[in-house]
Amino acid sequence: MSNAVAHAEAHGHAVHHDALQHHFETMQQQKEASTLGMWVFLLTEVLFFGGLFFAYLLYRVWYFDAFAEASRTLDISLGAFNTAVLIGSSLTMALAVRSAQTNQRSATVRWLISTIVLGCVFLGVKVVEYADKFEHHHVPGPHFISESPWAAQEQLFFSLYFTMTGLHALHMIVGVGIMSVITWMAAKGKFDEHYYTPVEMAGLYWHFVDLVWIYLFPLLYLVERHN
Amino acid sequence: MLDTLKLPERHYLNNGHGLKSWLLTKDHKRIAIMYLISISVMFLIGGLFAAAVRVELMTPEGDLFLADTYNKMFTMHGVVMVFFFLIPSTPAVLGNFLIPPMIGAKDLAFPRINLLSLYLLWVGAAFFFYALFAGGVDTGWTFYTPFSSSASNSNVVPTALGAFISGFSSILTGLNFIVTIHRMRAPGLTWFRLPLFVWAHYATSLIQVLGTPVVAITIVMVAVERMFGFAIFDPVRGGDPVLFQHLFWFYSHPAVYIMILPAMGVISEVVSTFSRKTIFGYSFVAFSSLAIAVFGFLVWAHHLFVAGISTYSAMVFSFLSFAVAIPSAVKTFNWAATLYKGAISFETPMLYAYGFFGLFLIGGLTGLFLATLGVDIHVHDTYFVVAHFHYIMVGGAIMGYLGGLHFWWPKLTGRMYSEFFSRISAILVFVGFNLTFFPQFMLGYMGMPRRYHAYPDEFQVLNIMSSAGAAVLGVGYLLPVLYFLWSLKRGEVAGPNPWGASGLEWQMPSPPPTENFKEQPVVHGEPYEYTPHVAREANLV
Amino acid sequence: MGSFGIPLFPEQASTFARDVDALYFFIIAVSGFFALGVTVAVIVFGIVFRRRHAGEVGARIEGNLPLELAWSIIPTMISMVMFGWGASSYFHMRTPPAEALNIYAVGKQWMWKFQHLEGQREINELHVPVGRPVKVTITSEDVVHSLYLPSFRTKMDAIPGRYTHLWFEATKVGEYHIFCTEYCGTNHSGMIGTVVVMEPNDYQAWLAGGGVEGTLVERGQRLFQDLACGTCHLDTGKGRGPSLNDIVGKTVALADGSTAVVDEGYLRESIINSQAKIVQGYQPLMPAFQGLVSEDNLVALVEYVKSLSPQATTTAPAAATAPAAPAADPTKKK
Repeated sequence: MSNAVAHAEAHGHAVHHDALQHHFETMQQQKEASTLGMWVFLLTEVLFFGGLFFAYLLYRVWYFDAFAEASRTLDISLGAFNTAVLIGSSLTMALAVRSAQTNQRSATVRWLISTIVLGCVFLGVKVVEYADKFEHHHVPGPHFISESPWAAQEQLFFSLYFTMTGLHALHMIVGVGIMSVITWMAAKGKFDEHYYTPVEMAGLYWHFVDLVWIYLFPLLYLVERHN
Repeated sequence: MLDTLKLPERHYLNNGHGLKSWLLTKDHKRIAIMYLISISVMFLIGGLFAAAVRVELMTPEGDLFLADTYNKMFTMHGVVMVFFFLIPSTPAVLGNFLIPPMIGAKDLAFPRINLLSLYLLWVGAAFFFYALFAGGVDTGWTFYTPFSSSASNSNVVPTALGAFISGFSSILTGLNFIVTIHRMRAPGLTWFRLPLFVWAHYATSLIQVLGTPVVAITIVMVAVERMFGFAIFDPVRGGDPVLFQHLFWFYSHPAVYIMILPAMGVISEVVSTFSRKTIFGYSFVAFSSLAIAVFGFLVWAHHLFVAGISTYSAMVFSFLSFAVAIPSAVKTFNWAATLYKGAISFETPMLYAYGFFGLFLIGGLTGLFLATLGVDIHVHDTYFVVAHFHYIMVGGAIMGYLGGLHFWWPKLTGRMYSEFFSRISAILVFVGFNLTFFPQFMLGYMGMPRRYHAYPDEFQVLNIMSSAGAAVLGVGYLLPVLYFLWSLKRGEVAGPNPWGASGLEWQMPSPPPTENFKEQPVVHGEPYEYTPHVAREANLV
Repeated sequence: MGSFGIPLFPEQASTFARDVDALYFFIIAVSGFFALGVTVAVIVFGIVFRRRHAGEVGARIEGNLPLELAWSIIPTMISMVMFGWGASSYFHMRTPPAEALNIYAVGKQWMWKFQHLEGQREINELHVPVGRPVKVTITSEDVVHSLYLPSFRTKMDAIPGRYTHLWFEATKVGEYHIFCTEYCGTNHSGMIGTVVVMEPNDYQAWLAGGGVEGTLVERGQRLFQDLACGTCHLDTGKGRGPSLNDIVGKTVALADGSTAVVDEGYLRESIINSQAKIVQGYQPLMPAFQGLVSEDNLVALVEYVKSLSPQATTTAPAAATAPAAPAADPTKKK
């Protein structure tokens, strides 16, 4: 290879944009890199939650009765409400990306703020649900109280419930943080039809976090509703 | 010719001075140098723990340290070496420095994320040091439940969080490499023109990205169980401690390949350069890296052959474990065949490569004993296993890393080190290593279990041999620190391509400028082409 | 055994030892062949093809497909021989013979507790007869341990919350190491002991000397009464719990529609986590005995319940006068 290297002409065809970082040749290369990076990151997230889903699956098969019993203490209407809230937030997120693509700055900001608000509503409902668990001593550990004959195994369920929803909520909080930054950037006019990658990437992340909930809701709330 | 060589006036090392210019840099080369310093410090610390372990084991009675102290020593040796030295080693130092120039790019795809990876490693290390100064941790680096989750009284949570955070450092490095290799290659640099070093790192990155999250979540589960009294692996509340082992090894077996694959990549480059010959069976070597990465994910349960898993699943995992041995064998044969009709010279990097052959052969072949069910039952969790994985992870991975460091040191710093002392060190490492770890195979077959603070008298002779070897090995590892530091000021100026190597990275000046290449290089030829013209210009030999 | 004063092999003291050692030598021979081949090749190439002048370059040889195939396929085939041999040894080692003597082992930080059916209980010592298969059922009270008998070439983890098994047949009278090989905390290296292999007559004499609390079954029966298990588990089957007569080895229908085979693991689980598997037609009324019955006592209870199924298991002591060995545990799937 050594003697086979020539040097390319300057890349005159690239549209120079303020957002183009020095180590990329073109905006397109930069966008493709970001997109691939985000998808690879989401892949790691799938495996991250995957470990928990695997543990859930194993114990649910082993201790179905305990899981069904514990699942009954969760409030399905709150869970369903939160599901609707998150699906709604995915819609507002998609609209925000669309607005950014079409150069509508104020619409972008508006949809992003809606997304943040819906995210916060979700988290608020989660706080209510957690408080209820503490009140009823459904938090696993020394203070756990259950009258059911499967008290020990119910703790497995609640441990997984808190770990899974807790990590999901943590992702939501991070998501709200990211959205706030993106909103600020959008308000400052950083995006246009040539450069809206951050909005799109934040959107991918947001949809992923929603998707996790779409799995968590039936697994945790609807254990016994399938028949 | 030597007299005419001068360091370039501007290069990445003098482009900005002061701590801030380093801590806030986005230059992959500076980040690599910071990794180099960080992991060298960690290697020294891990080495001190190893030395303590070897000194204790010179006598059977366990009379130097308390049992608890000894248990913390081997735990912290393992934690430091695995999470803070071996996993970052070749990828984060050499990969970081070399992948962009090897593919003709100015930097990695995400320079800020690259810097974040380094910071995460530091934060993880800070957690580890907190655990260390708060009294240490005694679970073994494997954190087996329920010992780690309910029985141990030591600092499990901070250590686990340290491993967790450093895991994200590793994930982000892998992510960065994957995107860089996909999206940043120079025009004309097709996949099959990539240096094998890049292929090896691509395979490594896949493992980092797919495996590390699983161990991360497993560590989270142990941590919540300890911190909040949750029940996930707790057998008293119906949890399954063996589930931990499955999840842990789903990552930690492939993690071995995170350590060895980049070293294999280094060996491919070194063998080709010092025999001035293209790699024999390029595509077989390239694909064997991917095969190892894929099969590596299918063999985790061979760590559970005596953990009560069903007879038939044990057989499946035994079978798959043999399957993962084949690509490694193919690589070895191809390297040997590369030497045939080469123009071979034995500078230090090549000595390390030869050392790698010897140690990796033994390490790989002893893996066959462990994959074989009937034998594994006997040697499982004995010193046989300890010897085997040290041959791979130290013999293989560190020989590769050191070989690579010697090979690219002139590129990193622009200067040569003492050829005399570096050869001595390569020989000391090889001899010391074998003296240390070969007796441990015998100890293992004799039945000496791992992680024993005291042991029956009949094991003493072999243990003393092992400790003596460790002393030689220690000297072999310390020497490079001295002559590398010496070379920074007084080493001969190396010039851009001291070995007459063929890779794109050797076209940059040494040390390279911050932007690597002034203009975007375009690749027309095949990899590993050596011509007498370039060879003669090599300023050594 | 040893050479030049350096010990190389533990004693061959079980029927597995010879086979495992032979397999070990076979792999050494194969590995040695390949290691030597590659080593000689790289050294010879290094000498013959050493660089003779600065401008010399190697020949351009890209590869050779038949060679690649050969060195992929031949090692694969050889490794399949290793796999097959190893798997068949393993299968043998995981399949206790029906007539094996039954012994229970409980690991706890940091000791091994063994219980014999005749009632003898020992700590860090295990007495077994020569020339007779012995099956050890293993569990742990706390963390994971691993019962390792190097001279017998066998080991098995002791896992809290479940039973695991190993078996061996000692071939040589003597005393051999017992090690714990799964790291278990402070005194892991002190969790060692001795397995004493005795002539059958000496073993009988040893058996006769112990067991102040009666046989394991008798102890289990007392516990059964103390815990008032009999109030519900009536022999007639009309109690609130199912009858325990003749259940071992049978497949029972469970309330959730599935079935389970009654073996030691099932019995253990049904005591400490009684709600896990409810027999069809019964209510989940039984309290869980998790934390209330020690692993040692659980073993006694399990053995007592097994004694109620005389067709499936005979719990006669191993005394020479009672030739029927405590045996036949057809419930084992392995």
